[in-house]
Amino acid sequence: MGFFDRLKDGLSKTRKSLVGRVEDLFTGRRIDAEGLQELEEVLIMADVGPKAASSITNNLKEKAKRGEIQDALDVKTAIKDKMSMLLGNSSILNFPEEKPFVIMALGVNGVGKTTTIGKLARRFSNNGLKVIIAAADTFRAAAIEQLEIWAKRADAQIVKHQAGSDPAAVAYDAIASAKARSADVVIIDTAGRLHTKTNLMEEIKKVKKVVEKAMPGAPHEVLLVVDATTGQNALRQAQMFNEAVGITGIALTKLDGTAKGGIVVAIKDTLGLPVKLIGIGEGIDDLRDFDSREFVEALFEG
Amino acid sequence: MFEALSEKLDSILKKLKGRGLLKEEDVAGALKEIRMALLEADVNFKVVKDFTENIRQRAVGKDILESLTPGQQVVKIVYDELCSLMGGGQSRIQLSANPPTVIMLIGLQGSGKTTTAAKLAKGFKKDGRRPLLVAADTQRPAAIEQLKTLGNQLDIPVYATQEKDDPVKVCEGALQKARLEGRDIVILDTAGRLHIDDALMAELERVKEKTSPKEVLLVADAMTGQDAVNISQSFNQRIGIDGVILTKMDGDARGGAALSMAAVTGKPIKFIGVGEKLDLLEPFYPDRMASRILGMGDILSLVEKAQENINAEQAMTLQKKINEESFGFDDLKEQIKHLRKMGPLEGILSMIPGMNRLKGLDIDEREFVKVEAIIDSMTRHERKNYAIINGSRRRRIAQGSGTTVTDVNRLIKQYVGMKKMLKQFKQGKGLKLPKLFPFR
Repeated sequence: MGFFDRLKDGLSKTRKSLVGRVEDLFTGRRIDAEGLQELEEVLIMADVGPKAASSITNNLKEKAKRGEIQDALDVKTAIKDKMSMLLGNSSILNFPEEKPFVIMALGVNGVGKTTTIGKLARRFSNNGLKVIIAAADTFRAAAIEQLEIWAKRADAQIVKHQAGSDPAAVAYDAIASAKARSADVVIIDTAGRLHTKTNLMEEIKKVKKVVEKAMPGAPHEVLLVVDATTGQNALRQAQMFNEAVGITGIALTKLDGTAKGGIVVAIKDTLGLPVKLIGIGEGIDDLRDFDSREFVEALFEG
Repeated sequence: MFEALSEKLDSILKKLKGRGLLKEEDVAGALKEIRMALLEADVNFKVVKDFTENIRQRAVGKDILESLTPGQQVVKIVYDELCSLMGGGQSRIQLSANPPTVIMLIGLQGSGKTTTAAKLAKGFKKDGRRPLLVAADTQRPAAIEQLKTLGNQLDIPVYATQEKDDPVKVCEGALQKARLEGRDIVILDTAGRLHIDDALMAELERVKEKTSPKEVLLVADAMTGQDAVNISQSFNQRIGIDGVILTKMDGDARGGAALSMAAVTGKPIKFIGVGEKLDLLEPFYPDRMASRILGMGDILSLVEKAQENINAEQAMTLQKKINEESFGFDDLKEQIKHLRKMGPLEGILSMIPGMNRLKGLDIDEREFVKVEAIIDSMTRHERKNYAIINGSRRRRIAQGSGTTVTDVNRLIKQYVGMKKMLKQFKQGKGLKLPKLFPFR
């Protein structure tokens, strides 16, 4: 079952009723203010955000005025095109010339960093790559144990220190041991932190600095893990983490629920940060590459 | 973004001056702004729709109070309505007449159930009760370990079995143990699940049936977006909840989810989680949440904190000094001391409207230590007459305080600027200070 089907599969009543409305929105009638307003509703309900939603609808309004779009089908196509073009497709697999490929995962608490890392490690080892996971969340109770279980499932090795130790040191050791064991990939799990905590943001900066020192050019990917359930605050998260350490992409998790994660549209629009991965379940294989077309379809369709 | 909603509304309603009635068209313009504010704060679209309609009905034709601008008047109506929708007052946890009191925590993955369970247990222990934590999350890797570690830290027993065990059996076993050992509070930490996962929701139904909890609390992330409505509605309809605990409130999310959830379930928010440390669980105050959703900052908390630290007499003396323009370095030091007593400055600033949105706001608390050292190194005379502090005095002060002449220069410059500001203040020349009390 593809991602799209899976998403459709788990749809709630709410989404179905929304879809029904979008389907009926413009069919057999000309574009009017009411229809555009309903479209704005759909976008807001998907957490795209009131500003982005009204800018998209205003854009359509202009087009309609100029006669560039005439009816329902045009509108649907126009908006889907616009959104998927904006989101674009971007792959995480930009392997550097020199091994190891170093990936850092970060984000606020409870977004699914550890789970995402487990799934990502599985995917790499499925491809025959040697993976080392760095247990740099030394703060949360049992975070290391949790990661160990995922590492086992993913057939990856783990580098860990004691709980409470310096996360930067863990990251450094992981890269050193990856070089020694000629591993292909290092994935660094970091503690969840709110972007408003100055000291914790300083800590993550330090981790990144140490990683840069351990291997010039690393980290090759800095993934911000974002929970699809999150509303407008995800934009703040992306801004603050990006300012602190420079994000290369978003991993959007928990898309198997009823939340649609529309905030990534605003994140891409404002910060230019692409979604690279999506999480669609608790299973180890429930991680996919982001496909903007499918995502936009899922935002609108049932 | 929303520096102060009332200011924005004032510009819309500026045509209305003095006493009058709020007219339909004035209110319509204001409601548009309020709608945006609420949507930006993640209040659910449908909730916003009902809410603004309600406000429209209440606002149109209403007298504008003499003391308020029309904008403030509308904001006040919105604020009051928000407060009442979120339950008006505080709501506490109910205890069973027949102990043990069972408290069941449910919610999505990553909402903070395990941390909250430990925080609750700690609170009960502090009240002299004998809580038992139950690791009913047999699903997530190391969830049992996590609760055990937290229990250890708090010296509170944790009932746990094996991973993959049936949570219903775990909870039943825990209840038995609690009865045997005279534990009066049992906190069930269930696995995170999606509200649309039929099998796992059925499991929760069974846990509830077998343990008859006094309180079923939905643990929800304050950063939740539009989906808050679906989530809370599903959990409430299927399991039946008695209240909500809103976590991660120490971030800068405006927390509109609180309103959405209160509106669709009619259930109160009982606690908020404000940090990763285990004592950071606080009662929920609807009025503070209303300010936060409207982007007006947590004024009440700030006022409370200020009142705790500055007594009326001190305030009078300060006022006198400002009036006499004799505000010296000693007074500056005193003010800094009060400010610092209120807690980390970062936290205080985040409560002031507008400040929480300041980009790259970075306050180094160590700067204050420097300032105090510099002032301490001044003679009594210098502290009262900054004008006499010449080059050689500056060098001496810098050396004495372990700072540089640049630091000393900067402080004097800031002090002079401040004095100027206070003078303007006294003369009532429209000083642009953040509006702290929108309803006054």
